Amino acid sequence: MTSPDYKAFFARFRSLLALGLMVLALSLLSDRFLTPDNGWNILRQISVNLCLSIGMTLVILGGGIDLSVGAILGLAGAVAAGLLKHGLGIPGTTLWIEFTVFGAILAAVFVGGAAGWCNGFAVTRFKLPPFVATLGMLSIARGLTMLWTGGFPITGLGDDFGHIGTGAFLGMPLPVWIMLALTAVFVVVTKRTRFGRHLYAVGGNERAARLTGLNVGRIKLAIYTLAGALAGVAGLIVTARLDSAQPNAGLGYELDSIAAVVIGGTSLSGGRGSVAGTVLGCLIIGVLNNGLFLLNVSPFWQQVIKGGVILLAVALDKMNSKGRET
Amino acid sequence: MTPAATNDVLIDATGIEKSFPGVRALAGVSLQVRAGRLVALLGENGAGKSTLMNILSGVFPPDAGTIRVVERVVPNALSLTEVRFASPRDAQALGIGIVHQELNLIPGLTVAENIWLGREPRTAAGLIDYARLHADTAAILTRLDLPVDPETLVGELRVGQQQLIEIGKALSADARVLILDEPTSSLSSHEVAVLFNVIADLKRAGVGLVYITHKFEELARICDDLVIMRDGRLVGTATYGELTRDALVRLMAGREPKEIFQKTTTTPGAELLRAEKIVLPGDGVGRRFLVDHVSLTLRRGEVLGIFGLIGAGRTELLETLFGQHAGRAAGTVTIEGRVVRFRGPADAIAAGLAFAPEDRKRDGVVLPMSVLANASLADLRPALRGGFVSPAREHAHIATYLERFRVKTPSVDELIINLSGGNQQKVILAKWLATGPKILLLDEPTRGIDVNAKREIYTFIDELTQAGLGLIVVSSELPEILALADRVLVLCEGRATAEFTRADATAERVLSAALPDRAMALAS
Repeated sequence: MTSPDYKAFFARFRSLLALGLMVLALSLLSDRFLTPDNGWNILRQISVNLCLSIGMTLVILGGGIDLSVGAILGLAGAVAAGLLKHGLGIPGTTLWIEFTVFGAILAAVFVGGAAGWCNGFAVTRFKLPPFVATLGMLSIARGLTMLWTGGFPITGLGDDFGHIGTGAFLGMPLPVWIMLALTAVFVVVTKRTRFGRHLYAVGGNERAARLTGLNVGRIKLAIYTLAGALAGVAGLIVTARLDSAQPNAGLGYELDSIAAVVIGGTSLSGGRGSVAGTVLGCLIIGVLNNGLFLLNVSPFWQQVIKGGVILLAVALDKMNSKGRET
Repeated sequence: MTPAATNDVLIDATGIEKSFPGVRALAGVSLQVRAGRLVALLGENGAGKSTLMNILSGVFPPDAGTIRVVERVVPNALSLTEVRFASPRDAQALGIGIVHQELNLIPGLTVAENIWLGREPRTAAGLIDYARLHADTAAILTRLDLPVDPETLVGELRVGQQQLIEIGKALSADARVLILDEPTSSLSSHEVAVLFNVIADLKRAGVGLVYITHKFEELARICDDLVIMRDGRLVGTATYGELTRDALVRLMAGREPKEIFQKTTTTPGAELLRAEKIVLPGDGVGRRFLVDHVSLTLRRGEVLGIFGLIGAGRTELLETLFGQHAGRAAGTVTIEGRVVRFRGPADAIAAGLAFAPEDRKRDGVVLPMSVLANASLADLRPALRGGFVSPAREHAHIATYLERFRVKTPSVDELIINLSGGNQQKVILAKWLATGPKILLLDEPTRGIDVNAKREIYTFIDELTQAGLGLIVVSSELPEILALADRVLVLCEGRATAEFTRADATAERVLSAALPDRAMALAS
């Protein structure tokens, strides 16, 4: 391990154990749980949350929080769908740009990244608390989505685009490929690059990081931009899977994403945690949702249970770190 | 318990032990506080005085030992009960008040609200009774001869006035035992005189006092008993007057820096750093200039010692040199003949500067990271292979520096939070030496460090000087400055008041240049 964080290791180990127990229990309780189809189902369902949560992990490791990822997801999906379907007119001219699927994908990631960059700019340049800066962006992105769509879904995006959400390659769904690739990239980025190391340092002690000569502002700007771009990717998956951009897509997703990061053992005070832990956090939430659905638990109770799991995970983490520090 | 022995004893603490990760802060210390008497607790930084007081006031529990406290005052028969404090509230409930060294006030609340925080008088309806609150506060402010309105926001007061508010807070609780941890560090001479009158009144009223200080001249006015601590142990108890000042100093210091360390004489080389008219404006409260037109030079192979009392601008001067206040500060800095203008610490590091800050936990180390990651943080480039951090390379590159400074750690992968202060400081030195600096700025390099690590740090400073680096060492401990420095620059209230060569720098001269006029009144 490059930076052996024993607390994170135990947290991860504990999450793994919890996941194993859940899988075991659900296999016994439902004969529909442990099937290949259901397995793919769960992975496809968590792919969106994982995209958001990887970005959220970066932001939280850096000592911040991002409440706007769900709204950015909605905006990026709507922009991609709108451009693909209608193209873009240049104001004041008669020029009209048509977008290919590839162009629409780039646009979604760009819009997401730009919104994230604005978050980072507000946090670094104007020293706004991340909670406030991203709360503002949440509202702005939602409003822009409504303006762009007029409040109506944009549907009929074509098979090529839909492929992103429903297609498969070598027998594995494309969203799962995307999710695995992003996980691999960001595990390496956080654990094996200078940027990753500096990110842990900024989250662990911003003052010391600054006095050691690290460019704290640039690192923060980067993590919010990445979180926004990843929300753009998530927006593409959601829109493609439904073959439709819903103006309300991604509503409340930031909360699931924060939950996954926290359940995965990343500390909300920054500097402690890992992308690998977040993958486990997403799996736990995904398996829980899926299992409760298969067991015909009412959606209302599902919410209550999910909340309880979050509280339990954080309480265990607190007890764990308290026992070590004294 | 024998009634005779406990007749006027308010607190009897015996065999108190306390360890923090990597440090044994207290190793079996006992202390008695008696009614109507002031016991002065003396000792160097890191001797364990504040730890002991924190235990007596319930901030944290001891690892071992017993504390017995008077629960009820029955005439002529004070009976002691063993207690275990779960929080400062428990200690307060038994009449133990403390004025901490650091200010614990809430700047956005008024003087009155701060003093009575958590104990506000209520009206019949359960709301805060502001009329009584302000009247009670006015009475306390009169006792302290502090001419401020109870409704002033604490954030608008001078630091010295804030310190008096802390004292007022303790007075308002009508404590039976009052602990004062270096209460005069930012008081004016008049304020000190008022405080000493208050202390005399309290003694007459039968309150027991514990007083932590570094200033011998204060003792004559208030002290009854002396307790001297060193390296977490009790090394002497006496009635005031039994020991001469020299004997006290010897007991406190154990070994003087000059005894544990012999400086190697070097001939300073070419000029490395020249700073002219460095100015750092204040932030609107307090002094106009935190650093007031200070000029200095530093040569290769030289240690420039900077001495000053708290608030003299020592830390601010180093921070300004390191580019931390770019944009606010003014002045000209020349390094090896070239004028430099730093936009931040990164520029200073690139120009060959390194800075080990005073408050290691806050500014120096990244606590959730490993020893290795902390040491490699300033420059990861040597650890890269093909653009990625290679643990093998990182280890190979940094291990030599960690060994050079003899960092004691179970493994380089250990979290730095588990190391002692001395070893954390060595990791910081290793981090900077790995960047190949020319100039090292050390702010209180031995604060909170045990005597062995202290000696090691002195030796490293000596070795680095011989290797041709230029070092600026800031310290509030005069013996340390006198032992280390080739030249001594003295700061007082932001201004450079004197500069001495090593031969000319005597304790008396340096100290008198560091003191603002008020200390003269105390020297009587």
